[in-house]
Amino acid sequence: MTGRFTPGIAAILGLLAIYVFVAVLAPWIVPHNPLRQILLLRLRPPLTYSPSAGWFLLGTDDVGRDLLSRVVDGARASLMVGALSVSVSLLSGTVFGLLAGWFRGWIAIVVMRIVDIVLSIPAILLAVLTVAVLGPSFANLILVLGLTRWPRYTRVAYAQTLQVATLPYIRAAEMAGAHAPRILLRHILPNIAGPLMVVATTEFGLMILFEAGLSFLGLGIQPPYPSWGSIMSEGQNYVASAWWMTVFPGICLFGVVLCVNLLGDWLRDRLDPRAQSR
Amino acid sequence: MLRHIAGRVGQAVVTTFGVLTLVFFLMRLSGDPTLLLVPQGASAHQIAILRHQLGFDRPLIVQYVAYLRQLLQGNLGTSLVQRMPVASILGSRIPYTIELAAGSLVVAVGIGIPAGVAMAVWRGSLVERSLAALVFAGQSMPTFWSGILMILLFGVVLGWLPTSGVAGLPSLIMPSIALGALSMASFARMTRIAVLDELSRDYVAAARARGLSLGAAVARHVARNAAIPVVTVAALEIGNLLAGAVIVETVFAWPGIGQLAIQAIAARDFLVVQAIVLFVSFVFIVMNLLADVVYAVIDPRIRLSS
Repeated sequence: MTGRFTPGIAAILGLLAIYVFVAVLAPWIVPHNPLRQILLLRLRPPLTYSPSAGWFLLGTDDVGRDLLSRVVDGARASLMVGALSVSVSLLSGTVFGLLAGWFRGWIAIVVMRIVDIVLSIPAILLAVLTVAVLGPSFANLILVLGLTRWPRYTRVAYAQTLQVATLPYIRAAEMAGAHAPRILLRHILPNIAGPLMVVATTEFGLMILFEAGLSFLGLGIQPPYPSWGSIMSEGQNYVASAWWMTVFPGICLFGVVLCVNLLGDWLRDRLDPRAQSR
Repeated sequence: MLRHIAGRVGQAVVTTFGVLTLVFFLMRLSGDPTLLLVPQGASAHQIAILRHQLGFDRPLIVQYVAYLRQLLQGNLGTSLVQRMPVASILGSRIPYTIELAAGSLVVAVGIGIPAGVAMAVWRGSLVERSLAALVFAGQSMPTFWSGILMILLFGVVLGWLPTSGVAGLPSLIMPSIALGALSMASFARMTRIAVLDELSRDYVAAARARGLSLGAAVARHVARNAAIPVVTVAALEIGNLLAGAVIVETVFAWPGIGQLAIQAIAARDFLVVQAIVLFVSFVFIVMNLLADVVYAVIDPRIRLSS
């Protein structure tokens, strides 16, 4: 997609900055303790005011917890899972791709065959199976998403390294006596970073969706800690009487992923040489 | 061409073998797979007996060979929870998932391909921008959220459609839209790029020069050539639809293999989970292989080589 649908990259970056800001500062800006239950104030609609407890701007959930505080805290969970799992898979995927592209031969054959194998198990199912075996926890969630997604980066890093490695300046560096690690890090990595950043951006959006999806299924962030997915899963039971429990976390999730995807598209137009002709 | 296809078949066999191996080790990540198969609260003695019965006390390599031999004979094992062959449990649910995947594919292809062609033909216009917005929305929409919103609107408020379960065609509509949205975005993107690529070719300019309208040129010449990459997307998307069914089937209480997977995890019925992962991956590999073969047959550059 070209950058024709970009309602201001500034607006997208602004919204994402707000998301990161809210997620990082969550413990200090939540109006209520997101875990505190007030059973007398169950399933109250948005803009509820209680003389004893104060305002509940987005209403309360099925056990009387403040929805706004839970949504804010859920932003923290999604950002942490997204950032950490992308870092794990970006780092490992890039290393494998660089090595396969540089040494070629049997190393490339083995690495790329493993990439094909991992990619032929649909990611969500691979994640579901692994979490189910290891048991759901925050660390396992990162591990699983990192382990299932690295091949995406390896494919890109491999193809790009193959191209760049044939360029004259790499030969020059080799003849000047530079060792493989130095060439890979100083001369090849900077030149393949653009396409990798494009992949990392779209993967970040996907990881946020996966975290929410796994938490929705009960395999991600565990209760009572909030995740946008688990809030919506609780809310589904009350969809007819308490729409706010599914609508508000959903808007946040959809909004963040949409911004990330638009940003990824904008980056692709600028950083990915293959897309520039289109 | 035969050599090309034989090569692809060989790759698919190696990949299948790799998937089987990966799943074998994943099931053993927690250390003792027996613990995944016993009901909670089983005594250490019961666990030890079961471990011996299932052969999990044998060396890993022996277990691996036995596992491969069993699967190659088409035997998916017996569920200890339901006391039934896993194959028949899976078999009773697969038709529902196929029905849902077919419905979603209709949504994805029916909207995605025309949208992609329109975006390419009316490049830079308001049409392209509004369709691009639709594509981005479809790509960013969590399936469970769109599912719940549709249940709220069409099921609860308007009462037009059943909110969950299986009740003929009406009950298929909402799950198909929820599941198909993401694939719709992929089809639209791929079709747009493929059509744009073809539109920039000389033969299109030649056809226009002969007086053919843009619409006629697309219909007569471009569509055929642009179809090749789109076929490849279709194969990949069928695998994605089967996997995405895990969430959508849970939202809509649709009794396919996706719902079965989540129920099986809750019931600690891991042989069923394992079978579902293997089944979906196998379909994915076969679909990819088919796409490669179709590609080779359609594309004269591959068909006529060697």
